Amino acid sequence: MSALTLLDVDNLCVTLPTASGPLSAVRGVSLSLRRGETLGIVGESGCGKSMTALSLLNLLPSGAKATMSRYAFDGETVTGRGKRGIRNLRGNRIGMIFQEPMTALNPVFPIGSQLTAVYRRHKGGSEAAARERAVMLLERVGISNAAARLAQFPHQLSGGLRQRVMIAMALMCEPSLIIADEPTTALDVTIQMQILKLLADIKTAFGTGLILITHDLGVVSHVADKIAVMYAGEVVETGRTAEILAAPRHPYTVGLLGSLPDPSRTAPGAPLATIPGTVPSLIDPPDACAFADRCARVLPRCTAAAPALRQDGPGRSIRCVNPEPAAWVA
Amino acid sequence: MLRFLLQRLIVAAAVALTVSVITFVLSHVAIDPAVAVAPDSATDADIAAIRAQYGFDRPLPVQYLGYLGDIVTLDLGTSYLTGEPVAGMIAERVPTTALLAVFSILFALALAIPLGVLAASFPNTMIDRLCLLLAVAGQAIPNFWAGLILILIFGVNLQWLPISGSSSLAHFVLPTIALGTFAMPALMRLTRAGMLDVLASDFVRTHRAMGLAPAAILFRWGLSNALLPVISLTAVQFGFMLGGSIIIESVFAIHGVGYLAWQSFSRADMPVIQAIVLLVSLAYIVLTLAADLINAWMDPRIRSAA
Repeated sequence: MSALTLLDVDNLCVTLPTASGPLSAVRGVSLSLRRGETLGIVGESGCGKSMTALSLLNLLPSGAKATMSRYAFDGETVTGRGKRGIRNLRGNRIGMIFQEPMTALNPVFPIGSQLTAVYRRHKGGSEAAARERAVMLLERVGISNAAARLAQFPHQLSGGLRQRVMIAMALMCEPSLIIADEPTTALDVTIQMQILKLLADIKTAFGTGLILITHDLGVVSHVADKIAVMYAGEVVETGRTAEILAAPRHPYTVGLLGSLPDPSRTAPGAPLATIPGTVPSLIDPPDACAFADRCARVLPRCTAAAPALRQDGPGRSIRCVNPEPAAWVA
Repeated sequence: MLRFLLQRLIVAAAVALTVSVITFVLSHVAIDPAVAVAPDSATDADIAAIRAQYGFDRPLPVQYLGYLGDIVTLDLGTSYLTGEPVAGMIAERVPTTALLAVFSILFALALAIPLGVLAASFPNTMIDRLCLLLAVAGQAIPNFWAGLILILIFGVNLQWLPISGSSSLAHFVLPTIALGTFAMPALMRLTRAGMLDVLASDFVRTHRAMGLAPAAILFRWGLSNALLPVISLTAVQFGFMLGGSIIIESVFAIHGVGYLAWQSFSRADMPVIQAIVLLVSLAYIVLTLAADLINAWMDPRIRSAA
């Protein structure tokens, strides 16, 4: 682990209680991120990507349990609740942006007091100083007339504006990492691109690390330095964004890229590409490749034992015994 | 905001007028006021004379308009029994009842809100069940019985507190507990239900993600959202208390509005009954209005919708 490493998480597991027994939502995910780097976590709904993000700040829904064999942030091991604990990271050194800007802000307080409360909680100081910072950040995230906006309530703002307020809130204490959980999913398509550009711009300007969680490969391709593709609670493929988009190796990544509608290649009226089958139940998951049932390249040994995540070139890993051949990569 | 206030005032006036019509008609139809006024020995001729003297022989709408005119000039009539002006009789008793009501509602809120928040913070645990048990007990134990038990323990056995009358603040302790305990459970359940919703909300998750202090999330950021329905219920319960609790005032021999109402009911003293009913309904109207205004002040969404 070098001095440049910002986040190092090893073997994260999350179980959720359900009526039919504990569900293994996240099964041994390891993440590492360098300062200023952007990691996109991609996968479909229920693949465990949001649970992975929430467990980094101990924000899992009640009843859910997370375990990890290592959790280091900025070179320090995160343990317990005290000074070195997760509570000190929240809002202070890790900022979080959520999917639903319509409900993620408190409806009965003006946005100004919600912003300043974060700053004063972690950095102390006067309300006036915190307001000054809030105005500066609101302007930075592209909100005009920022000083007057502080007195406004969330319902007086559009979805796009609220998401900008969320981004400003996450930046209040100059965190070294921002976790954005589907930050553009609930927004209009026209706004989505603006918010993505803003996030990319912010992380460059502030040197902030970014974990971007999304189901949309198009979104990560614009912003992320590297990608982790998740399926059924596991990382199935990870590597540099350009490499994975150009030459996906795991059959699931191939399918995911193939299902991106591309108007330039698809004739009007032609059926959209899909991956057949459904995700296996994660209550008592089988000791086999979780994608085997849906995989076109399935071999007998895929269902005999769960494949391990293995190194596949520099900075790249896949969890597959019969991956797409890499020969045609330039 | 001004339009909101004006709308509410018009509705309040309409409700007040409706209530006055209903109480007037009921008290003149249910009982012949001339018979009620007349002594037991009165002959038919005496009753007819009373009817003419008080104007009970006029058509009902005419009598009602006269009554309405009197109310506007704060003349609530005179008691059939004592001949005293009703306004004076009520004014004399309102401070005692109001004081008891204020103490009781404060006592109820002081218990209900922390317990509700506590129960919602630990849902389906022993703490939650204990709070709910308290609520069920508070609601199930009859008022008069609670009053008597309090008198027995703190008044008779321990001799810590006076048990009847209203001459000092110490006299209000036991009736406040008895009346407040009865009002507390509904407020507590509403606080708990509101806080359960709030604690599961996205914005509380945001506050947590931003690292705000857990106590501040509960009592500042969360409770402000959960309190809106609690305020409305508080207004209704406070109105109920301002009308005077007949049972509690009787048990503790407090000469308040409730006690006066009971005396007047049992002797068909119509002007007093009418005045009390009108007063109680006016109190409700004013308090509901106040609750709406507080809600609008606390919830910007209501403010801008109106």
